[in-house]
Amino acid sequence: MTLLITVFAAVICTAIWYRTAQKSEMMVGVLCWMFWGASIMWFVDAVFEYAELKAEYFTPALEDLINDAFLGLSVVALGLVIWLVVLLIKDPKGVVKKALFKKK
Amino acid sequence: MACFLVSAAEAIITTVAVKMIEKKENSAGAIKVRPDGEYTETEAKIPFSRKLKWLRNLLWGGSLLLAFEHVWHGEVVPWFPFLTAASNPADAAEMLHEMATVGVAMAVLVTVIWLGMLAVSAVIEKRAQKEKALPAEG
Repeated sequence: MTLLITVFAAVICTAIWYRTAQKSEMMVGVLCWMFWGASIMWFVDAVFEYAELKAEYFTPALEDLINDAFLGLSVVALGLVIWLVVLLIKDPKGVVKKALFKKK
Repeated sequence: MACFLVSAAEAIITTVAVKMIEKKENSAGAIKVRPDGEYTETEAKIPFSRKLKWLRNLLWGGSLLLAFEHVWHGEVVPWFPFLTAASNPADAAEMLHEMATVGVAMAVLVTVIWLGMLAVSAVIEKRAQKEKALPAEG
């Protein structure tokens, strides 16, 4: 479930990146790299788990499923927070700089 | 248990390599770099440092989110020795085995996918160079 949620996040971010790539002011690429990197790594984890559990891998207990989904959503939330911090620090549109040096 | 450490180690090596190659490329003056560090979009040839950044970003991104998963499962803790499996020899052996199998496989797959990206970008570069050369020929 964590892998599935991360893959969906990666696909959505890549589609948004492709649509806005010409301007690239929102640094959506940061999210793409993060989610694709994690998706590849969790895919490997899933393959090893499948090799161990076989078909049982696809029928997890409800409690595990909920925990994994909760983890997946938390991972997406963490990714978004990291992206926001990078965006505010790099400040490609100069919004933070403008707000900080604004004369009242 | 600590499989993300293999990818994190590769990410550190890649980061250092990016810095070194960037320095070399800048001193050679072979590429045009804008003051903000980005390369002009119309460049037909992508510098290798930029390509290496793709691998660095994938590795850091993945390692970071996987590290969070390990914190979630209580395998990484904020106190010494930071990895719960490192506190006793039996768990440490299991952890090292996991790093050698799952961890290495993760790093290898990310690198293989990056190599695939390099192959695709080489084709795109060639196509762009051909397009650039065509008006001059015609």
